[in-house]
Amino acid sequence: MGVVITRRGHSGAHRFAKPYTSRACRPTGMGLKGRDLVSIKDLSKQEIESIISAARRHIPVAEGKRTSTLLDGKLLALAFFEPSTRTRLSFETAMLRLGGRTITIADPAVSSVAKGETLSDTVRMLSGYADAIVVRHPNEGASRLASQVSEKPVINAGDGAGQHPTQTLLDLATMEEHFHTLSGLKVVLMGDLRYGRTVHSLAYALALFGAHLVLTSPPALRIPEHIRSDLAEIGADIREEADLRRAVQDADVLYVTRIQKERFGDLAEYARVSSGYRLDPSILEEVKPSFIVMHPLPRVAEIPSEVDSSSHAAYFRQAFLAVPVRMALLSLILSGQPGPGGG
Amino acid sequence: MRELKITPIKNGTVIDHITSGFALEVLRIIGANNLDKESTVSVALHVRSRRMGWKDIVKVENMELSPQKVNAIALLSPTATISMIQDFKVIEKRPVTLPDHFTGVLKCPNPNCISNQGEPIEPEFDVVHRRPLALRCRYCDRYVDDFLPHLKTR
Ligand SMILES: Nc1ncnc2c1ncn2[C@@H]1O[C@H](COP(=O)(O)OP(=O)(O)OP(=O)(O)O)[C@@H](O)[C@H]1O
Ligand SMILES: [Mg+2]
Ligand SMILES: [Zn+2]
Repeated sequence: MGVVITRRGHSGAHRFAKPYTSRACRPTGMGLKGRDLVSIKDLSKQEIESIISAARRHIPVAEGKRTSTLLDGKLLALAFFEPSTRTRLSFETAMLRLGGRTITIADPAVSSVAKGETLSDTVRMLSGYADAIVVRHPNEGASRLASQVSEKPVINAGDGAGQHPTQTLLDLATMEEHFHTLSGLKVVLMGDLRYGRTVHSLAYALALFGAHLVLTSPPALRIPEHIRSDLAEIGADIREEADLRRAVQDADVLYVTRIQKERFGDLAEYARVSSGYRLDPSILEEVKPSFIVMHPLPRVAEIPSEVDSSSHAAYFRQAFLAVPVRMALLSLILSGQPGPGGG
Repeated sequence: MRELKITPIKNGTVIDHITSGFALEVLRIIGANNLDKESTVSVALHVRSRRMGWKDIVKVENMELSPQKVNAIALLSPTATISMIQDFKVIEKRPVTLPDHFTGVLKCPNPNCISNQGEPIEPEFDVVHRRPLALRCRYCDRYVDDFLPHLKTR
């Protein structure tokens, strides 16, 4: 029998040891400083709002129009146990824009991981070096484990098919920037609703804000029953609509996800399912003027490039907002400050 | 209707009202094949029960059950009762109770879960639904409602 890790005691901040009960028992109004972010469910609605509004203040710094030294002297560990250039670079950019520094495990093949070190040991070591740790890992629950082992805050940057809460935050920030509200939005979620990790936490968060959800996916990739029942529990308004053209009628947002090849054992099945899953640009002729198309990127063929120049395309703005949203999160967790002073 | 189909024991534990057909699993959970050499284990399968129709019974001499084992039995057979026998008398009898949280009883059915990767942790589950019983992995959020294949004693 191995050494059993005991949960670390932590003064002040709640450590989210219990994924589904944490919100209920957490004292409110104590800020995000020193906290972990493992699942979007770790955050209350007000906390999500505070991150989104803080992100707005970071935009000029993210654009390079202003400079900031808010995180001067802080060190962020980027523990990437699987490749993800985009997410890693956006965290690194966010930290550097705030005057902080980063250390990186970028290639697990050449790191101690390849020598068989456990995640627990690697994280414990990093938590001695850095002020916070960002974890991307191929196994579901890896960030939860990291948060139990680490003395320092852990931010989940995607664990297997599990959670990816910072993606959800930037998705929400994109909608909020465009519509100035999240409540009452009609959001169509399209694509892989079964395995797509971004979509489950996004659906949860949108439901929390009172958005109406319309789900459209190939039959093989429908949303799992347990996710549906989670959503029902928080009173989500959801319906399924197989026909995309009908689904986007008077919708505000179409959120397109990738259908991942690696989820299919059978490549012919993948080809069959994915070939039918492409946004037909003519659909955009009938949508509301304020309608936007979002995508977590990288895309494969779900959105033809001719949509890029349309006023409805919001996915590049969404990709940019990854930086200010992560800046806001890092500021709040590492310094307790929402953003650069002076508004 | 007091009938003991099997020899009374002086000291030990009786697990009664086991869901019919699960006695062999209960034996596996309690580790019946590596008990004290002096212990007799008796098993009654498919016994008439007024309350349950049919049930199984397991009696083990000179053994007390750890809370983890009681939890594992509760997962398989929520109707089970556990009686402590001392000097041929029942000194304590209680139904198994389902805790809100299980540690180290089940393995996570998700092969990609971090709890299945040789990390120094015990799998942990929260009870998310009682009737029917459903648990959720604290690491990967996976639901489990079919416990037998995932018991750690297997
Ligand atoms: N000395 C003993 N040796 C072996 N088994 C015993 C002994 N004394 C009691 N038992 C068993 O322990 C369990 C609890 O005993 P108890 O006398 O309370 O049974 P009961 O009257 O059948 O109650 P119930 O079936 O409602 O739990 C029963 O299964 C009984 O057969
Ligand atoms: Mg009886
Ligand atoms: Zn698990």
